[in-house]
Amino acid sequence: MSMFKKTNEEFVHEVELLSGQNLFSCYQCGKCSAGCAFANFMDMLPHQVIRFLQLKKVEPVIDANTYWYCAACLTCTTRCPKSVDLASIMEALRNIMIRENRPYIQVFSLPVEIIEGFPQQAAVSALRKLSG
Amino acid sequence: MKLLYYPGCTLHTVAVQFDQSTKEICKQLDIELIEISDFTCCGGLYPQTTENLMQLQAPARILVQAQRTDPNLELMTLCTFCYNTLKRTHYTLKKDEQKRNILNDYLEEPYNAKVKIVHLIEVFRDDIGYDTIRKKSKRSLLKGFRVAPYYGCLLLRPMNEIELDDQEQPSILEDLLYAIGCDVIEFPYRFDCCGSFHVVNKPEIAEQCSKELLRYTEQFHANCLVTCCPLCYYNISRFGGTDFNFQIFYITQLVGLALGIEPIKLGLDPEIINKFISDSYLV
Ligand code: SF4
Ligand code: SF4
Repeated sequence: MSMFKKTNEEFVHEVELLSGQNLFSCYQCGKCSAGCAFANFMDMLPHQVIRFLQLKKVEPVIDANTYWYCAACLTCTTRCPKSVDLASIMEALRNIMIRENRPYIQVFSLPVEIIEGFPQQAAVSALRKLSG
Repeated sequence: MKLLYYPGCTLHTVAVQFDQSTKEICKQLDIELIEISDFTCCGGLYPQTTENLMQLQAPARILVQAQRTDPNLELMTLCTFCYNTLKRTHYTLKKDEQKRNILNDYLEEPYNAKVKIVHLIEVFRDDIGYDTIRKKSKRSLLKGFRVAPYYGCLLLRPMNEIELDDQEQPSILEDLLYAIGCDVIEFPYRFDCCGSFHVVNKPEIAEQCSKELLRYTEQFHANCLVTCCPLCYYNISRFGGTDFNFQIFYITQLVGLALGIEPIKLGLDPEIINKFISDSYLV
């Protein structure tokens, strides 16, 4: 059972629409996960996210932290032998969650002193990617 | 030559050394920089989904601002975030007429999709030329700098949109560093992520990424790292500070040194530079 009003099929379809990717292009070689700098922090490896979505198993994907830990560095997209733009799939997942009003961080949860110390693009990017 | 200049949000604030050193070398190389007025943030990372119109507005506005300032000049930018976002926005708007038409309703004037966005290192390669730079450089000065060139994640990717260099086998930083006389390290970890924006809410991630990167730098016997990105610079200097014996430079700072500009004008501590230079006699 999904906690969204969407069915699993609709969710997966939305991921494909937003990312512009065909999830079945992926043949699960794992090269994306091998090169991801954040893989060891993730509950589910990037290629496993695709596998779960191929199987329309949405819940484990949204419960995992993978798409929030993705820094949109495009390493996976660059190296995929099947030209799957995995970074866009991660972004689609973030977008859907943000649209469902389930962002990863709340803008006001970050103290101003913290944001002020960083190069601005870090704060802007973090807020854009993690809280919409 | 003349270039439009978009400094983005960091170049006048946390990355003043980058801005300062760029202006100094442009003076030496007869490049006039015209800063575009009334600019905003580019929005950081490029919005990658198909429904990204709203987030494209800020970078599109900057492109229009450049077009309004002078439609015949190239728009130069330094920060890799800005460079990547502006280039990808331009690519999208050029290719996708429907998106451009919708966005045009929200812009000061319609975007003609003709602005050419360049990075300063691209200007060095394509307009100034490495030969000229080699001739103007005091190459012996940089002998002690065993530099690991660090591209990071955004400078080259995705290759079909950015078109700066090959995304897996680039040489643009290396070639420039050779031209100014550094000892360039063949550095296989040049694309590894520094932790990027995770430093904001998960600093431990950025810490691990940056430290790993520095361990590799050490293994390759590099004593400094060179970057074009204010965020890489920040993460690496913050987390590598005390544990590693290394120095991080903006590419323009090293070019400036080679051109004979005083360290202080490049935002560098003369003592550190002296140490590098005296070390070079030991090698
Ligand atoms: S690299 Fe591409 S084909 Fe291989 S597992 Fe990742 S997304 Fe699938
Ligand atoms: S874009 Fe995301 S998933 Fe892909 S390598 Fe980078 S951090 Fe990992």
